[in-house]
Order: sequence, then C-alpha cells, then structure tokens
Amino acid sequence: MEIQTRKERNGVIVSIKGRVDAVTAPEFEKNLSDLISKGERTFLLNFGELEYISSAGLRAILATAKKLKEQNGKIILTGLKGSVGEVFKISGFDSIFKIFDSEENALKEI
Amino acid sequence: MKVLLSLHLPARLENLGRFKESVVDCAKAEGFDQKRIQEIELALEESLVNIFNYAYPDEVGDVEVNCKLEAGRLIIEIIDSGIPFDMTSLPDPNLTADMEERKIGGLGIFLIKKMVDEVKYRREKDQNILNLIIKKDR
Repeated sequence: MEIQTRKERNGVIVSIKGRVDAVTAPEFEKNLSDLISKGERTFLLNFGELEYISSAGLRAILATAKKLKEQNGKIILTGLKGSVGEVFKISGFDSIFKIFDSEENALKEI
Repeated sequence: MKVLLSLHLPARLENLGRFKESVVDCAKAEGFDQKRIQEIELALEESLVNIFNYAYPDEVGDVEVNCKLEAGRLIIEIIDSGIPFDMTSLPDPNLTADMEERKIGGLGIFLIKKMVDEVKYRREKDQNILNLIIKKDR
C-alpha cells in the first residue's frame, strides 16, 4: 500500500495505491487521523489505483468519516471501479458517501 | 476429489499473507479468472481475520486451510479449534443505515456470503469447519 497526499483548495487529496487489507488498514487509518490532527477537515479519497480492499479498509474509512463529521468535516470519494467499486456497492457504502466519477469533478466540491 | 493444498499455521495476522498466497496460487493453477481470484481472496481474508480476532480469546491456536477441487468447484475448508462460531446463522447487517448508525461489525461476514457461491458450516469434534465453495464460472 502506498499513500500520497496533496493539498488542493480547502481540502486534501489522498490517493491510495495497492492493497488495503487487515494488515495495512491500521497504517491507512493512522495516516488519515494524522491529517485530521494537522487540521484537515475536507478529504477527497482517490481509489483509482487501489487494487483490493477488505472490510478492515472499509472500517478505517467509516471510523475516519465519523470522526470528521463530529468536527464538521467530510469525506468524498473518487476512482471507484472494478472489484473495489463492487465491494463499496455490496457494502452499501455508495449510499453513505458522495462518489464522483473523476477527481476533477470531485474537486468542485472542496 | 482432488486435494490441492493443506496449510496449518498459528491463527495470527502475520500469517494472513501466506494463507492468501497459497490459496491464490491454487486458484490460479486451476484456471480461475482474475475476478474470481479477487473474490476468493476477500472471502478468505474475512474468514481468517474473524478467526484471528475471536476464535481464541485466551490462547494462541491454529488454523488449517485446505483447498480441494470437486466437480469444477473450488472448496476452501477453514478449520479452527476455537470457540464455536457459525457465521451462517448471523443476520445480514443493515446496509441502509446512515453514517452515524452504521456499524462495521458483520460486514466482513456479509462480504464472504456475497463473494462465494455457497458457505457451509459444521461443528465437529470441538472444531469449527467452514467450507467456502466457489464455482469457476458464474
């Protein structure tokens, strides 16, 4: 798993590459909570290069989203496709998060 | 029935990778396509992580994973000697709850049921025996 972050407008874009499983999910979640500690409140998660996600990864996203909501922040998503997109759909996560078809369109939200 | 793999290791997260690689190699060798292999990997991870986290509250136990091929179907058999747990008896999680009410528990098990064609559970000689059955094409 590789995580890249980039500041853009009023938010931060977090691009996740590779695999988020039970082994790597804690590092993913820590990365996100560190960004919250640094004052970030608007997150765009780009999963365009994510190959695999399990419920441990979904748990990390949900925990972060709940934390952000308490502080009037938010998470939006882009790059969901293939089997990763399928996991989001099956889990019903596509109904609790705003999902955009491109980073460009998502950026208009932040 | 053809036995493709039998792997017996301590029920610890550090062994997740070895279990996954071995089962994925089996499925590949039997000609399962990439999509099915991803589904197999996810179902296996969710099943094993449950065992790692909950099967042995007071001790370190083992998990055994066997892969078999029967009539073109891959059967992944996962055996532990931990506390009895029948995932097939659990209700599905509420997938329409909004973010505040959404609980993550149960999601892993729901994913297993969706990824494979059939899940069978039995308790036998103080062991949990879980069978994940995957057809090559569906």
